[in-house]
Amino acid sequence: MSPIISRGFRGRRRDDAPSDRVPPGQYVTRDFPVLSAGPTPHTPLDQWDFTIVGEVNEPRRWTWEEFRALPIEEVTVDIHCVTKWSKLDTVWQGVSIDTLLDGVETSAEYVVQFSDGGYTTNLPLKDLTGGKAWLAFGYNGQPLEPEHGGPARMLVPHLYFWKSAKWARGLRLAATDEPGFWETNGYHNYGDPWREQRYWGD
Amino acid sequence: MAGTAVLGRLTWQVAKVIDLVAETPRVKTIAFEVPGWPGHRAGQHVDVRLTAEDGYQSERSYSIASAPDGTRVELTVERIDDGEVSPYLADELEPGDQIELRGPIGGYFVWEPLQGGPILLLAGGSGVVPLMAMVRLRAAARSDADMRLLYSSRGWEDVIYREELERLNRDGLTVVHTLTRSQPPGWTGYARRVDFEMLSEVGPGPQERPHIYVCGPTPFVEAAAEALVKLGHEPQTIKAERFGPTGG
Repeated sequence: MSPIISRGFRGRRRDDAPSDRVPPGQYVTRDFPVLSAGPTPHTPLDQWDFTIVGEVNEPRRWTWEEFRALPIEEVTVDIHCVTKWSKLDTVWQGVSIDTLLDGVETSAEYVVQFSDGGYTTNLPLKDLTGGKAWLAFGYNGQPLEPEHGGPARMLVPHLYFWKSAKWARGLRLAATDEPGFWETNGYHNYGDPWREQRYWGD
Repeated sequence: MAGTAVLGRLTWQVAKVIDLVAETPRVKTIAFEVPGWPGHRAGQHVDVRLTAEDGYQSERSYSIASAPDGTRVELTVERIDDGEVSPYLADELEPGDQIELRGPIGGYFVWEPLQGGPILLLAGGSGVVPLMAMVRLRAAARSDADMRLLYSSRGWEDVIYREELERLNRDGLTVVHTLTRSQPPGWTGYARRVDFEMLSEVGPGPQERPHIYVCGPTPFVEAAAEALVKLGHEPQTIKAERFGPTGG
């Protein structure tokens, strides 16, 4: 079905939104909207850790101090939320997931990110490796605010932003794919914004 | 937790405007006829797509305001002055106009009569919209569940669904308003932002394990959810939807 015309609708085209950087159905915002399904957790740093568990030769664990001693990368990326906003040129400080997975032996092909508050999201392991994903603790050079996922959140900018878990506490590697929180609630299992994979069946 | 009943792809459907109601100076309810609408659950939303004559398109998400009612779907839209879609929906649409929408979307922020109560709904401004679908569904289903709506507005003239809420405020539904910026003469209700003390007075308490739904602007949701946790409610019982000034 070709789209029907909305009588009198012109829209406000944005000069600052290059089409090769804004996926279909998205619009550019300068704000940083907050989306999450429950209360914002506030885990004290001395009780925080990040673990890699599941199908691995040996589970890994970092305390906050150990995590912050790892090599830092600063990345500038565009992020795309399934609720339609995209934000261009966001600047994050974090640790590459490649660094966290360094030396981890696994035959797993899938991973579930898990968080304080019970949130989970799943994706193929290869979407976290090769310089595509980070565990971010800073935004614009400042500590990441709790409502945006601090103390540390996942950053997987090539997928819709629900695939970047806030308040991240670990990765569970597995041989089989296990749909996470939104993925069992009507949202697409993979979530590629360029193919507009928003919902089941997209 | 339950998934949605969505099985196939959510396709774009033509929605024809059949009725428009000005709720407040900034807020309008638009009733659509959507042939083939599969039905929805209270709390779900839709994606709306507008297409200009030259093919330019814009999409936004809006909560469904109505209880399930055949092929009729009501959206309540707050006009964001510098927005792209909401001024068109709120100011330009007339009966007979057509837009496109797809849905229903979202399987988490939903309430079903079978879940029973007690239920605590916390609304900030137009965050009342998906909660109103729950209020209306409760009435339509003749549920006797204890449902309480604490609704924060700037002033009395900003209260969406005011008369309908007054009418439904009985038989186990309790509506409590707080007016944060201006109050009409003689106002004896709450006149401040939702806080710990207000939540403990409105109840139900944590020991009753209410299903809690919070919807509003981010600062409202953050403050309300934090106060609820401080009161002793389990974070897992608190479902939140936040919206920010996203230019919608």
